[in-house]
Order: sequence, then structure tokens, then C-alpha cells
Amino acid sequence: MTATDTGVVGAVEAALGTVRDPELDEPITALGFVASCAVSPDGKARIRLRLPTYFCAPNFAFLMVADAYDAVAGTPGVRSAEVVLEDHFAADPINAGVAAQAGFVRSFDGEAVAELAELRAAFLRKAVMAGTDLVCRPLLAAGTTPQDLRGMVLADMPPSAELTRLRQRRAELGLPAGDDAPVLIDPVTGERVAAEAVPLHLRRARVTRTGIEANTSICSGMLGFRYGEGS
Amino acid sequence: MYEKNGERYFIVDTHMHYWNAAPDNWVPGAEQYAKGWIECFHAYQGLGPEETHWPIEKFQKYSEGDLMKDVFEDGYVDIAIFQPTYLKEWYKEGFNTTERNALMGEKHPGKFIYNTRWDPRDGDEGLEHLRRNVERFGSKGVKLYTAEWNKGSRGYKLSDPIAYRYLDACQKLGIKNIHVHKGPTIWPLDKDAFDVSDVDHAATDFPELNFIVEHVGLPRIEDFCFMAVQEPNVYAGLAVVIGGLMHARPRFFAKVMGELLFWVGEDKMLFGADYAIWEPKWQVEGFVDWQMPDTEEFADYPKVNTTSKKKMLGLNAAKLYDIKVPAEYLVPAQTGTPGAQEAAKLVTGT
Repeated sequence: MTATDTGVVGAVEAALGTVRDPELDEPITALGFVASCAVSPDGKARIRLRLPTYFCAPNFAFLMVADAYDAVAGTPGVRSAEVVLEDHFAADPINAGVAAQAGFVRSFDGEAVAELAELRAAFLRKAVMAGTDLVCRPLLAAGTTPQDLRGMVLADMPPSAELTRLRQRRAELGLPAGDDAPVLIDPVTGERVAAEAVPLHLRRARVTRTGIEANTSICSGMLGFRYGEGS
Repeated sequence: MYEKNGERYFIVDTHMHYWNAAPDNWVPGAEQYAKGWIECFHAYQGLGPEETHWPIEKFQKYSEGDLMKDVFEDGYVDIAIFQPTYLKEWYKEGFNTTERNALMGEKHPGKFIYNTRWDPRDGDEGLEHLRRNVERFGSKGVKLYTAEWNKGSRGYKLSDPIAYRYLDACQKLGIKNIHVHKGPTIWPLDKDAFDVSDVDHAATDFPELNFIVEHVGLPRIEDFCFMAVQEPNVYAGLAVVIGGLMHARPRFFAKVMGELLFWVGEDKMLFGADYAIWEPKWQVEGFVDWQMPDTEEFADYPKVNTTSKKKMLGLNAAKLYDIKVPAEYLVPAQTGTPGAQEAAKLVTGT
């Protein structure tokens, strides 16, 4: 592999870092789902993906393989992309469907009737709720009241990686994400949360975050058991 | 029975299995699924303490002797409730059927409760089968998989009229406890099987039945919590919560428990070891020793005490299944934290 190829590999790895597990809201690179990543001198990228179990939900698996394919194929220096999911009960139809750009329903003839956009949106809304807890809890611990939070806009929040992420997720859903957008919004309508609904909203944000974090911890434990600790 | 520091705990394991997933039971042509399924279960066992891990060969097919020792002799369980899982497309005799469970359990009178199952898409024939199972095995509970593929049907909702017909029949037959699996599923492939809104409707319309949501809707615990706080007859099945998190991820275990204690309440949480995925011994011992961490991060979660643990480990389930518990294990009525009152106030806005 030449020095130029190493640069392309780095770019491909960075591109894979933009692909998220829609359910866990973390990059597949951080989750350990990228088993290998190689680029040949003539620009052929070969990616192998793996998941915590043989029966991980095929709808999420399909989204990750398809997103990885798009990210890799769009990387400068890549002439062709092959993204293959390994060790999964639905690997064959997923891999063939993604390679053929067939979409989910066509890849699973007769076994699926709905594309996955709504599923992705539902989980983005959960990510928005969880992100709300992440950025609000430090302020609440420091004495900001829930009703103070309701009056605040995003520009009032201290800058943090969590805040940047929350803005990105809101923007992806078409929800208000600018400086003047309220911190506490309904994740479906984008409206500012009503004063009387603030305590419940914050409590739901918290339980949503707990659910995602607990699920992520189970998945990482299963992946470690399947492929060796620390893999 | 478990005893620690002079306190005695009556243990009901509400969720356990006696399966055969060895190659001799694999359906020809479906071997990869049968093998993949049990390997997936085996990986869950990896989340427990290392000294409790089994080799895959034993995990595929353990003996009656293994079960009796692990659950009753070493595991402190007083009464164990079988939850059947059929999966006959992959396993010739089923994965663990009501019949297989009962055949073994009949040799040990008084130790087991045999739950059965139904699928409302099986129509009149299924109802007749249910009647026979109740008569034969005395079932007081059922385990349901609402997201299962069945002859081209893409799952059902508990709120469907065909399901209401079965829920009606349950009431007439003396079945009180409806355990609903809300968790990962295989087919149909695009189905998000965690939606609990159908349980919400059924629980409202069948107030005399109890609905136990197994695995607390993980990973959609927030939807489950929000529903459970509004329905007095909805319970949390703790299988996977204790086994999958308490040892491997204690911090997240505390947070999930904190959420459940807040939204669902200690009166409606039920211990289940999910044997043979995890042995009950380490779960019972660890849970009795467990305390909510005493730091800011956990400060607004309800605390647990000996009474709370006695309820969750057995007394709550004993009420649902009319199990007679000797007086020495009981706690005075109305002690401990009332279930989820603060959360209920949040939801109703009063």
C-alpha cells in the first residue's frame, strides 16, 4: 500500500465515523462494528461490518450497511465500494440489496412492506430527548430551575460536544436548531414545551437517555463476548 | 428461600426455561437459525460473572439435574414459573414447550408453575388448545409474542378483536397473568416490535387481568415506563435487567432500576432469572446486597430497602399467582415506598 492509499484509508475510516447505529446513536466505528477497512491501490474499498449478535434487528442492520456504503462510495479517492455484513442471519439479502441499491423492501421480497425512514425518524426523536437530558442535567445540578430552562434558547447553553450533537440531531429532523431556538421543544412538533409540561418532559428525557445508554452497554458487552474482550 | 443478616426472602423466579437447543432437535434446513439463536442466548450469559459461564454444549442441552440444582438447591428459588417459547420452525420438538416443561416439572410437585401460550391467529382451534392446556397443566399465565410471523401474518396487536376474544377466554378459564414479550424479534423484518401501546389498551379494557411486560420493553424502556405509570395492572418483568446489567454494567443497572422504581414502583416489579441464560444464585445474592448509589447522579431516584427487595424477589409475584407464602417471609401491608406516586402526579398534572 502506498502513502496515498493510506490517506484514502484514513478518509474512508473518517467517513465510516459519520455512520451511526440509529438505535444507539453512536458511530459504528466507536461501537466496534467495523471489523476491517481496506483500500486497494486502484481505489477499491472493502469494508467488513459485524454486530453484537447473529439476530440483531435486520432493519437497523440494513440502515447501517446502506449508510456505510453511501459514506464510503462518496469518499474522494474511492473508485468502488464493497460493504459486507458478516455473521448475521440476514447478511445475504442485506449485502445483496445494498450492493444493488435496492432499498429495504425490495431486498426482502415479501418479508417487509415498509421502508425505514419513519423508523429512523422515531429513533432520531429519541436521540433528541436523550440529548436534551445530556445538556440540561449539568445546569440543573448547578441550580438552574426547570422553568429557567424553558425560557432559555440554544445560544444560552454553554458550548459542549453534547450541545453540538443535539443541534445536529434536531436539524436532521427539521426541528429548530438555531441560536434562537428554545432548549426544550416537543420532538415531534418542534414547539416550545408548555410550562406545566416541563417536569414531565425532563423526566422523559432522562429515562430515554437511560434506555439508550443501558442498551448500548448491553450491546458492547455482547460484542465483546462474541469477538473477544476489547475487540 | 434466601437468608441474609437475619432477613428471610421468599424467592419466586417468574421467568425461566427448560430448553433443548442441541443439534438433535434442529429442523433440517433451518440449522443456521437454530444454531444462531442459541449462540445469541449464550452471548447474553457472557454478561454474568465469569465463574457462572457454561460451555456451549451444556448450554444447548442441560439436564433436569442441572436445573434442579442450579435453581432450587443452589439458587434459593422457592417457586419457578416456566415461560414457554415454541420456535417450532427451527426446533423439531420446539425450543421449550408447555409439554416439555410439564413433563419434567411433574416429577417435582409444588416447585413449578406452568404457563402456556396462545396466538389469536390460530382461531377456534387455538382456543380449544388453550382450554386443554389449562385443564391439563393448571396454567394461570401465558407468554405471548405479539410480533411473531404466522402463516403470512405480520404479527398482531393485543388490542385486536381476535386477541380480545382470547383475553376474554383467559378470564373465563382462570388465567390471570399475561406475560408479553416486548423485545427483539426476527420476522417480519421491518417490524418494530417494541411498541407497547397495544398493552395499554388491553390493560384498560381487561382490568382483572395483569399484564407483565417482559424485559421491560428494553431498549424502549421509556415507552414502557410512560405506559406502566398510567395502568395499575401493568407490571415490569425484570428478566435481563438484573442478569444483563447488574454484574456487567452496575452503573446502568442502577439507573434502569431507578427509572423503574420511579415510574413503575417496587410493588409492580417482578424478579425473573431467565434461567438457563443466567443462574439465579448470583442474581439473588447480588440483588439483596445491592443499594442505589449514594451520589448526586442517582439522588432523585427512589431508594430501596429490605422490604422493597422482598417484594420484588417474590412477594409481588406470589400475589399474582396466588402462591401461599409462609408468614415468616411476609412484610406488613403498606410498608415501603408506594408505587410510582410522584410519577403518576407528573403524568396527570395534579
